[in-house]
Order: sequence, then C-alpha cells, then structure tokens
Amino acid sequence: MTGKGMTRRGALRSGAGVIAAGALGAPMVHAQGTGGSLRVAFWDHWVPTGNDAMRALVKEWSEKNRVEVTLDFINTTGNQLQLAGAAQAQSKSGHDIISLAPWDVGTYASVLEPVDDVINRLIAKYGPINPVAEYLAKREGAWRGVPATSGTQNKPACVRFDLMQEHAGLDVRAMWPASGQPGPGADQWTWDTFLTAAEKCAKAGYPFGLPLGAFSDAVDWVGALFASYGASMMDEKGKPTVRNNPKLRTAIEYAVRLSKALPNDVWAWDDASNNRALISGRSALVFNPPSAWAVAKRDQPQVAEKCWTIPMPAGPEGRFLAYLPWTSGIWNFGRNKQTAKALLEFLGERSSAEALTSKTSGYDIPPFETMTDFKIWETEGPPVGTVYNYPLKPHHKAKPSIAFAPAPGEFAAQMYVQALNTKVIARVAQGGDTVDQALGWLERELTTIVRGG
Amino acid sequence: MAADGTLVAGAPAAAGSGRANTMQRFARRRSTIAFLMALPLIALIGGLVVYPAGYAMWLSTLNRRMTANIGLGNFEILLESDTFWMVIMQSCIFAVGAVIAKALIGFWLAHMLHHIPAKGQRKWRGMLLIPWVIPPALSTLGWWWMFDPSYSSINWLLNIFAVPAVPWLGEPWWARFSVILVNVWYGSPFFMIMYLAALKSVPDQLYEAAAIDGATGWQGLRYVTLPMMQNIISITVLFSLIVTFANYDIVRVLTNGGPRDLTQVFASYAFQVGILSGNLPRGAAVSLFMFPVLAVFAYFILRGINRRNKEQM
Repeated sequence: MTGKGMTRRGALRSGAGVIAAGALGAPMVHAQGTGGSLRVAFWDHWVPTGNDAMRALVKEWSEKNRVEVTLDFINTTGNQLQLAGAAQAQSKSGHDIISLAPWDVGTYASVLEPVDDVINRLIAKYGPINPVAEYLAKREGAWRGVPATSGTQNKPACVRFDLMQEHAGLDVRAMWPASGQPGPGADQWTWDTFLTAAEKCAKAGYPFGLPLGAFSDAVDWVGALFASYGASMMDEKGKPTVRNNPKLRTAIEYAVRLSKALPNDVWAWDDASNNRALISGRSALVFNPPSAWAVAKRDQPQVAEKCWTIPMPAGPEGRFLAYLPWTSGIWNFGRNKQTAKALLEFLGERSSAEALTSKTSGYDIPPFETMTDFKIWETEGPPVGTVYNYPLKPHHKAKPSIAFAPAPGEFAAQMYVQALNTKVIARVAQGGDTVDQALGWLERELTTIVRGG
Repeated sequence: MAADGTLVAGAPAAAGSGRANTMQRFARRRSTIAFLMALPLIALIGGLVVYPAGYAMWLSTLNRRMTANIGLGNFEILLESDTFWMVIMQSCIFAVGAVIAKALIGFWLAHMLHHIPAKGQRKWRGMLLIPWVIPPALSTLGWWWMFDPSYSSINWLLNIFAVPAVPWLGEPWWARFSVILVNVWYGSPFFMIMYLAALKSVPDQLYEAAAIDGATGWQGLRYVTLPMMQNIISITVLFSLIVTFANYDIVRVLTNGGPRDLTQVFASYAFQVGILSGNLPRGAAVSLFMFPVLAVFAYFILRGINRRNKEQM
C-alpha cells in the first residue's frame, strides 16, 4: 500500500469521527438537573433565525426552572413532522411536546393532554384567542394544544404597488397605509375590484400569482374567498350544504372567472410557485406570508422594495384573512406533563411571542389580537412598513379564516387535504364540467368523507 | 465434521443422561440448525413484513376514530367513490404503461450493449445505470425543475425552436405522461441489466445453427432470443409491476396527485387519505387494494413461467 492510500484503521477512525460529530451536533440538551427533563419536537422554521430564537427562549426557561430540555427541530419536507406525530400517537411514545400541523390537533385529540388551565391563564392576561386557533385546537370542550406563535402565518396580499398603480390604477399604499387607519379607497377593496385589477394586470403581462392546485397556499386563499361569499360546503354538524346553495354557486362562478385572468398553469402550482412568480417580477400580486418578500429582499432587492402587504379583499359576507396556525400539543402518555405545560405557557407569553416574531422578521403570528402591535411590523423594510398590514389589525375589519370551517374538524381536515375547494373550481374551469356537475361531484366526495365515522 | 456437514459431538460428554442425549440429538439435527440459522431472517420478515401487513389488514377494518370494527366498510365506501375508481384506473395506466415502456427500452438497450465490443461495453453499461442508482426522490426533483410549471427548462429549449411551451404538470394527459416518463427513465436500466445478463447466457451455437438454417436477424430474435429470455422477461415484468404499482415518490414530488387527482396512484392516495387527512383505517384500505390487483398479475405471470418450465422438463 502506498503512503497516500487510506488504511483500514484510518477509515475506521474517520468513520468514528463522523459518527461522533453527528451525535454531538444532533439535539441540543440543557443539562440543568433536578427539575426533570423534557423532550420537545418543534417545527423547523423556514427562517433560519427562527430556530435560534426558539432555542434561546427554551434555554432561558430551562435554566430558570432547572429542567433538562432536549430540543429537536423537525422539518415538514416530505411531511416528516406529520409522520413523526402519526408514529408517536400510534406507538404512544416519543417526545413530550410536539408541534402539530393545523388539522393534526383534532386527529390526535384523544392522545393529547387537555391544556385548558394554560389557555385560561393566557386568555386572562391577553384577551380572546384567535377563533380559528380555537376551532382547530378545541375538541369535545377541551383545549388539546396551545396555539403557537412559531410558524403560524397569515396569507394576506403581497402586492407590487408600482404595477398595481400603473396597470390597475390602484394605489394600495394609500388604501392601506402603515398606520392604524384605512386610507381612501380601502372600502372599495372587494373581490369585484380584485377581479378587474387581475384582468388588467394579466393583460399587461403581470398576472396575479394565485395557485389553484392541491397545496395549502391554494386551499387557503380560496377558503378565504369562499368564506367572504358565505359559501360553506358542510355545516358544523357534518351535513353537506352543497345542494341548493346559491352562495357556493356564486363563489365558484366568481373563482372560475378569476381563473381566466391567471397564468394557465396555476393548476399545477405548489406553495413555492407563487413565491417565485412574485420574486421573478412576473406577477403583480400573491397571497402569502412575507417569506416571498424576504427572499426577494435577498435575491431581487429591486422587486422587494416595491412590495406592499395589504388585507385580502372583502366579499358580500365580509373580509376574511387566510390563517394557518401551528399548535403545540402535549402527549397524554408523556412523562412530565406539568413541566411541559409550564414551558408552553412561557412560550405563550407576550415577551416570548415578540422575541420569536422579531427574530423572524415578522413572519410568526401570535394567536392573540392584543399581540398584533409588535414593533417589528412597523419597522421592517424596505420599504419601511411593507409588512405593517401582515397581522390582522382591528381597522382591517376582517376575520381570520381557515378553509372548510365550520365543518367538524375530522371532516374538514380531509376536505382540506384533498383540496376540494380548488378541485371544484378546476373541474369547471379546466375540466369543462358545468357548475351543476361539479357540485354533484363535490356532494358525492363529501358523502364519502362523512361515511365511516 | 461429518461428510454431510453435521457436527460430531464428543461421545463421553453426551453419555451423562438420556434426556441430555435427546436434546443434543435435537440440537444436532440438520433441520434444527437450518432453522436456527434462518431464524434472524424469519424474525426480520415477521417484524417488517408479516406484522405490518397484518396490522394494516386489521386497521382497514376499523372506523376513522379506530374505536369500532366496521368490517369491510372502508372498502365498500372506497368502491363507491368516483375519486377512488379514478385512482385504480390511473394506477393501472401508470404501472402497465411504465412497465411496458421500461421493458421495451431495456430490451433495446440490452441489445445495443450486447453488440458493443467487450472493451467499451463496461463504460456504457456504467453510464446507462446512472438513473437507477440515483435516489429517485432526488432525481425526481431534478425532473420537477425541468417540468416546472412556470420555469421549465425543457420549455425554454422548445421555445428556442419556436415550439410552444408544454404544460407538463398542469394538463392531465401531459401530467400522466410526465410521471410515466420519469418512472421509465429511472427503471429502464434495471430491465437493461437483467436482459443483458440473459442475452449473455444464450449459447452462441443456437445463433450459429439458426444462421446455417438461413434465419434472418429478425428471425433469430423471434425464434431464438425471445424464447430463451421468456422467463427472465416474465420475472422482471412481475417484479417491476409490483415496484411500480407501489411507487410513491415520483407522483408526490412531481404532481402531488394533481391536477384534479388525475395523476393520483394507490400509494400517494393512501398517504393523502391515511396520514395527511388523519383517516388511517381508510388509508390502510386504499393501500391494501394493491394486493388483489397485483395478485391477479402475479398469478398469470407465474402460471406462464411454470408452464414453460414443465414443457422444458
């Protein structure tokens, strides 16, 4: 063997080094002793600094309470976090606390520890909690998780104000300034105005980037649109409300008209496609959290400095804002449930929420309306104030929404994942069905979902 | 050690008691040793195949909350669903279409390679195997970039030649074509290597005899090569059908089942219904539907192999 070749011992040593480095770099453990231990799985934040903010908060709490906390950040690529949740719920072992995707709280309600005591104390301090968070996290009268700040997002309109002004004649910054008051023309920000603007911008070569596939960005904005037309598919008792529902028909017809002003490939867009449409400068408007703007700030600053966030348009039944919350759940088979509750209560405090939101450039949305005044939303830019209207402010006169509410969570989850709202539009706009045929299909799908408990 | 491979124990030590003798004899039996040596594999199959399959069958008989047994209720519900019938049809189109294309391309590639001189063959064989050795989730992501609805690199090339952009993933038939294409790209090398091995095992004398009888190249292929490769073709087709039917990652990465569920296959639909929608029993029922479909394919293919084997005996 030549001197330059690798020996067997050398290879073993290198392998051991790699394994050791991997083990050291895996979960973060705060070895404090005496106060017990916790294993926590949080959502791996898109924004790189998001995990650091969470780590710092947990460290602060664990040192104060002398609790050893093992912190894992699990990402949602390939649904890893959801698979971890499903596996832990089935095997009744795993972490003590786990981040749950919006519908998973209901799915695993029977193995989640009620946290009413924590929620009641937080509500007493900070006022009413977001009704969508309540709809998702409350089962059989009990809170099954604490609505989280980290990862929770709104999906208002992120608008290229220059293109909107030039091609649609709308000054969105004047309509929705970075102050606590609506500007002139804000009351005209309706879905009808939106459609006209969409058609004008499409004609000018800058179509709105609205996905209509089966991913959550698509389902969420269509959900808010349907809500603003009062178009529900199932009532709170689980009964389909498709037949003889003029509001649903109107909403579908509107969406079909709107789809004709969108790029012809929106049926295949995923959650990144709309971001790319905005960042590349090809689109005048998307419905998205500020992540698209944040990437543009890094990669296409000339685009980012012309973006302005405004609420979603209003419909006949009011203005709704797509809201997608994460919830932190405590498994009822966990070892240290009281300690887990204490950690979640600490993370629900205003100071913790503000630390998380500030570190993520305003991306994270806390579940309390009284927490929509953090400084970060006023100061973030360029242009300064661009995300001021990202959280739902009182002057927006809007309500948070999630698609398929008020259907019972276990059915709404299936309707959401199967994207029934975008598919019913696609059947008409792309598949050539009549609205009646599409509604017939929708009713059959809903019946299938409801059957079998 | 005895000639038959059994160990010969020291007689004095074993002479202590009749019971010990029986135990020692039992332990020394070839079948006992064989069983013990196969035990790790049996445990592995039991833990990773039999138990999950049994658990899935049990799961599929429960209601959504998993609180009551509803017998075959989930299967009944699925069979009354438009979407599920579409999934069955698409799974068959996807698997059968992809396997036929893979078999034809693999056969053609194997022939091409077989006729390349041995010196250069290894290089080509290595290059052609590349799609098969790349993790499919990764390579599918590459294909997704090429098919990307708005920024497709293939469309960019087409546009250079004034060919209009193709909605690879947005239009149902193009989307179906795209998922099959990626599967064919990934799976053809497997067929190629299997067929190449089979081609190399066909004795040259058969071709020489056929040539003496005046057979053309096509007749040599039809009456010598194909009959000699029939069993390997059947086995690879069966194996590939099983794997292709259970394929998940290509549909998940490329189309997520869209548009309008028109590219959804059993595995992606089972994941959507079972894990993402929180209806594990119905998801289990969807995945179990693959079993009877594959059983029918396996029955006919294996019957053909058995018949041929009997004829040759």
